[in-house]
Amino acid sequence: MRKREPKTYTRLTHPLVRDSRDEPLRRASWEEALDRAARGLARGRGAFGMFSCARATNEMNYVAQKFARVVMGTNNVDSCNRTCHAPSVAGLSAAFGSGGGTSSYEEIEHTDVIVMWGSNARFAHPIFFQHALKGIRNGARMYAVDPRRTSTAEWAESWLGLNVGTDIPMAHAIGREIIHAGLANEAFIERATTGFEEYRALVEPWTLSLAEKVTGVPAAAIRQLAHAYARAERAQLCWTLGITEHHNGTDNVRALINLSLLTGHVGRYGSGLQPLRGQNNVQGGGDMGAIPNRLPGFQDLLDPEVRLKFEAAWDAVIQPHYGLNLTEMFEAMEDGSLKAVYCVGENPAQSEADSEQAVRRLRSLDFLVVQDIFLTKTAELADVVLPATAGWAETDGTTTNSERRVQRVRKAVTPPGEAREDIDIICDLAARLGHDWKYADAETVWNELRSVSPDHYGMTYDRLEEHQGIQWPCPSTERLEPTYLHGRLWDPDPAGRGRLAPFGIVQHDPPVDLTDEQYPIRLTTGRRLDSYNTGVQSGGYASPLRRGEYVELCPEDAERYGVVVGERVQVTSRRGSVTAPVWVDTALRPGLAFMTMHFPDEVDTNALTIEANCPIAGAAEFKASAIRIEKLPIATIVG
Amino acid sequence: MDLHFGDSKPTDEERAAVDALLGPPESSWEGADRSDADLRWARGGREARDRRDLLLPGLHAVNDRVGWISEGALDYLCRRLTVPPAEAYGVATFYAMFSVKPRPATVLHVCTDLACAASGAPELCAGIEARLGPGSGVSVERSPCLGLCERAPAALAIKAGDPVRTAVSAPATVHDAVLAARSPDSAPEEPPAVLAVPQAGQDGLMLLRRVGVVDPASLDDYRAHGGYTALRRAFELGPAGVIREVTDSGLVGRGGAAFPTGRKWQATASQPDRPHHLVCNADESEPGTFKDRVLMEGDPYALVEAMTIAGYATGAHKGYLYLRGEYPRALRRLEHAVAQARARGLLGDDVLGQGYAFDIEIRRGAGAYICGEETALFNSIEGYRGEPRSKPPFPVEKGLFGKPTVENNVETLVNVLPILTLGAPAYAAIGTERSTGPKLFCVSGSVERPGVYEVPFGATLGDLLALAGVRQGLRAVLLGGAAGGFVRADELDVPLTFEGTREAGTTLGSGVVMAFDDSVPLPRLLLRIAEFFRDESCGQCVPCRVGTVRQEEALHRIVERTGADAAGDIALLREVGRAMRDASICGLGQTAWNAVESAIDRLGAYE
Amino acid sequence: MTVTPLGIPRRLLEFTLDGEPVRAPEGSTILDACRAAGKDVPTLCEGDTLRPKNACRVCVVEVEGARTLVPACSRKAEPGMEVRTDTERARHSRKVVLELLASSVDLSTTPRVAEWLKEYEAKPDRFGPDAARLNEEPRVDNDLYIRDYDKCILCYKCVDACGDQWQNSFAISVAGRGFDARISVEHDGPLTDSACVYCGNCIEVCPTGALSFKSEFDMRAAGTWDESRQTETTTVCAYCGVGCNLTLHVQDNEIVKVTSPHDNPVTHGNLCIKGRFGYQHVQNRG
Repeated sequence: MRKREPKTYTRLTHPLVRDSRDEPLRRASWEEALDRAARGLARGRGAFGMFSCARATNEMNYVAQKFARVVMGTNNVDSCNRTCHAPSVAGLSAAFGSGGGTSSYEEIEHTDVIVMWGSNARFAHPIFFQHALKGIRNGARMYAVDPRRTSTAEWAESWLGLNVGTDIPMAHAIGREIIHAGLANEAFIERATTGFEEYRALVEPWTLSLAEKVTGVPAAAIRQLAHAYARAERAQLCWTLGITEHHNGTDNVRALINLSLLTGHVGRYGSGLQPLRGQNNVQGGGDMGAIPNRLPGFQDLLDPEVRLKFEAAWDAVIQPHYGLNLTEMFEAMEDGSLKAVYCVGENPAQSEADSEQAVRRLRSLDFLVVQDIFLTKTAELADVVLPATAGWAETDGTTTNSERRVQRVRKAVTPPGEAREDIDIICDLAARLGHDWKYADAETVWNELRSVSPDHYGMTYDRLEEHQGIQWPCPSTERLEPTYLHGRLWDPDPAGRGRLAPFGIVQHDPPVDLTDEQYPIRLTTGRRLDSYNTGVQSGGYASPLRRGEYVELCPEDAERYGVVVGERVQVTSRRGSVTAPVWVDTALRPGLAFMTMHFPDEVDTNALTIEANCPIAGAAEFKASAIRIEKLPIATIVG
Repeated sequence: MDLHFGDSKPTDEERAAVDALLGPPESSWEGADRSDADLRWARGGREARDRRDLLLPGLHAVNDRVGWISEGALDYLCRRLTVPPAEAYGVATFYAMFSVKPRPATVLHVCTDLACAASGAPELCAGIEARLGPGSGVSVERSPCLGLCERAPAALAIKAGDPVRTAVSAPATVHDAVLAARSPDSAPEEPPAVLAVPQAGQDGLMLLRRVGVVDPASLDDYRAHGGYTALRRAFELGPAGVIREVTDSGLVGRGGAAFPTGRKWQATASQPDRPHHLVCNADESEPGTFKDRVLMEGDPYALVEAMTIAGYATGAHKGYLYLRGEYPRALRRLEHAVAQARARGLLGDDVLGQGYAFDIEIRRGAGAYICGEETALFNSIEGYRGEPRSKPPFPVEKGLFGKPTVENNVETLVNVLPILTLGAPAYAAIGTERSTGPKLFCVSGSVERPGVYEVPFGATLGDLLALAGVRQGLRAVLLGGAAGGFVRADELDVPLTFEGTREAGTTLGSGVVMAFDDSVPLPRLLLRIAEFFRDESCGQCVPCRVGTVRQEEALHRIVERTGADAAGDIALLREVGRAMRDASICGLGQTAWNAVESAIDRLGAYE
Repeated sequence: MTVTPLGIPRRLLEFTLDGEPVRAPEGSTILDACRAAGKDVPTLCEGDTLRPKNACRVCVVEVEGARTLVPACSRKAEPGMEVRTDTERARHSRKVVLELLASSVDLSTTPRVAEWLKEYEAKPDRFGPDAARLNEEPRVDNDLYIRDYDKCILCYKCVDACGDQWQNSFAISVAGRGFDARISVEHDGPLTDSACVYCGNCIEVCPTGALSFKSEFDMRAAGTWDESRQTETTTVCAYCGVGCNLTLHVQDNEIVKVTSPHDNPVTHGNLCIKGRFGYQHVQNRG
């Protein structure tokens, strides 16, 4: 089959400006571009939002959130974190007071049971999955919960192919079965949790047979998973976007956390919860305070003492209320209360659900500055485009991975043309707006962060180098903490246990976009091995695995619609319509289709997805749209 | 496992062959039609991955049915067993009896090894090919020793189908071999095993006493001739008692390494790791060796009984009998014997009503000399390429499936029966002080009465050759097979004991005694030995993989040279040979230069 | 309860290495002990992230009482063992092994082999001009990496890295037997029809350059590959959130190859296709 190469992007090498909305972008000097950007942002004070970058360094995110809070006086700062794992952070914070995964990669090599829930880590997190494979080779049994029988699921003892959006019924049924089988860890529940009685009542209706009806998975399979998880001495529960990218993503996360509380599979070596983050620094972006409700070090903005500390350190007043998250900022564009945006390294015009709506909203802004390494679809909408460096190869700094490990990134190549480092650009803008920040280098930024974030205090650049990264928390420069979080919950002394972990009382709520006669097929989305997000980075290399975008159907549906591999079909949701060629995948079942978002220039999958957001964390329901497939009047075969 | 499969599909025949072995597939993930239930729940994981050891039987099933292994068949087998296709391809291409390219349903293996080459195998091959002509539907393949040396030259026809059909032609003529290949069903029945035992019926035989006397198909006849008295004795003695008897008997391994059997059993029995396994090495592939075949064809229940005793003594509940792929009749006899023993409660959950569970599974080799090496044999059973493992750890600690394993050769095991029936002291009184008991020798080549001979340890080479009727003009005797060494015609007083041959600077090996007269040009013989090792090297380690090639090249260069013209290459051979001996992983590479070296040093080849 | 589990400390055992008493932690190989003692034993098939295969036999040493030489890379040190690394016997085998390899395989890109050939006075030419060689052509069947099996010493490292030790893709195996054995995908097809996922973890462990980035292969062919002009900088991958460490090999401000530190706790030297090959976007500089 002929490979269709995606659009390749060429690096931005000089600033671009637009003289008026109707004119094209033109080349400009840095001086001119920065002046214009500063003027535009100054006008937008009071209606400003900052999109920080989950792929840039911690140092850049620190400076970006500081720019929003200190220079622009707002907590409206967020990143694409919102589109993926914000529910994980929200759910984990609610249960444990901290938003990170509780375990380390190494621990999964030494665990007994691994549950991969809504996660095709084999494709999306291949090197994490190598650790899981070590665990499997060491004797761990893996269970996979996923609508598709993915490559990950093929490694499982048992794959449970549930209906999209029925994770809470599945989790509740597992919880009920554990309780009824007498497998709940009563000592841990008693010692470390609150709200168990309420939880017991919550899950009581979710019998195995009811769960079978709702999820589509045989009761025996659910029972087996429940028993395996509860009986394991150690168990790891891992999830990815299959859990979070729902309109009730945070509830989903809470439902999974409940299972760990029920069995005591948290706070011990080898037992824990592991949300797998989608971007190289999605963890760090949040840790650095590039989110609307936390200051650097994941410290709550509503805590007056915390605010006081930062106000002293930054010599500025911090707004004593949460800012808008990314989703809310987009809504605020709609109602005109957000007028200026400084977007660093993000591509929301293509990554947001319901992309047509996102573009329309971005167009409605008075002023948009985009700082990126490519002229993305979002940059094309900007008033000023600032050419930046690729964080991972052209700058120094740090990023934080899914196991909370802060690691050094280093400059290996010189950026092209006039492209400049993000931090320098932000500082130049800050200077133009009256804040003369002096950072000699990334390490200076980092040391400022260390001085205000206890969890990072112990991580000097020298120590990061010496240990090949250090996991937070690291409050001391002398020692390292355990690889897992929340060991405190097991402390025999109640005083040492801290805040007990509450069970999440969450209800099943089916996907918003219901299937019906008009839209009979459930479309879910995900990643492929060789491609990444909107394809701007991954489109740059010639992957032999890449075959472009397809709508993937099961063999039975392909036959029902009379379509063959490569044949273009019309794919229509309640929001939009695209044409895409067909691929047939036996991992799917009748009524379930799959697409990725890797080739938006070819097939704009997000024209189909629904912007039904998690009210707590703001992530959208990328994982569940209702579509129909129509054969085109004249068959066109691709490839 | 997330395996990748190509688009090739199995034919109905290939699918049926695999399903006949494994049963029908349980889900669409294994190759059945898709069902709604499959699309909601799939089981896999450890259980699915644990069936790897059925790969070799699966490859046999396909090869037996259609004669070769197609991409579709291999993929289907892999899907059924959760084996990566690349690995299965690596395994399939390891064995000489398999083909991954289309070939005719009938393959005629014509032995071109030492004894057969000396008996006109080259002419036989040429004659067969001429007679068959192109497009005959028969693929003629030159084969290493088929273990039919007493009836050289030999040919084995295998015709794929359901069931697979085989016919042996030996001594083969062009006419007989072609007949066997064209219609194996109507080819004349092979002569009984007893014809390979010139001493048959003589008094005093211990190992061969039932060959030609009992009906090899009849368990009752076996019992009427003393069968299963040893097992009853074993149960009286208990496992420790059996090991004591075997240790006191002085029995050492007959496969070539001469390791004390009692010590091996004790070492396995005392391992805390469970389960223990028993493996009988019946992959008799050393050129010139055919004694195990004769035992298995002529007295199969003896091996079944002996394996049961060995399993009992070492705490194993399962015995694997790894049988050479080129021994179709031994396979039939043993399959029958195992089934009969099982039907009579002599194998199974409660052997002899003693509460001991033991069963035997037969696994067929597929044409690889290296699989006679014990750890290569384990890999072969487990469904991997038959490559030897690094030792330590030794099999008694980590053997088959990584568990404590006792591995014995057929002849070694069969010796346990007289040890238990006579008692260790009486057995130890046979032979010499350091080589006790009777020994089987495979005498072939330039003798009147080739065959398997049983003599007590201590008889001289001359005694043995006299029994077999050595012909005039004896030039040299190859002891121990291709991995052994030559002795001169004037060295016939070498005592045939482990210590005696060692002192004489040669080896007993597996008991091969192959006599050559003047008519056989020595350099050709050596070249054939070198070709054999080159063909049979597994390729794992450099000294053997490349060394056997360099050895063959050098012998090629000097095949017509002597004296100073050959001196340079002989020096080269010595250097390469020394490195092969010192640095190869296993016995194959370590001994690949033995015979050539002995021919140069003892026989003065190339002088 | 915030106690990090530490491994139980390993006991030390004593043995003799070239006449000198040495102490090594239980479980160490002879090679570990040699390296700790600063002895330079040549190795080819040994890999720091892989279980010893001891296939090449270039690391053989003499152990008192052993019938044959033993591979230092896999043999565990035992108390009281007497090991000699530099005897005539060991040197002879190493020399012949090097000769056998050099006479059959293209070792032109194998690090250190020229030095060893000299040190052991190996003369690969003495097998004559007709000595069989592998005679393989480079397989160029995709845009990311090249399989040049004329340079393959069959060390099995790529197979092990692709198989159960790391990647678990099982795209390659050894096929055939003896001198004809080759690394191969199923049915000896092109990589693009195989289970290969282009993680390049086989390239990471290849000791001879038989497997190489296409960028390296092309630059070598053009004569522009120059390691003395290259820098190596370790940073963190820009794709998913796992945080794999990448070592970027840069020549003339172009990334020409990507590796990963073998002792890194996240990767252990392994990457996926995106981390290994997905760097091109930064240097699409217009």
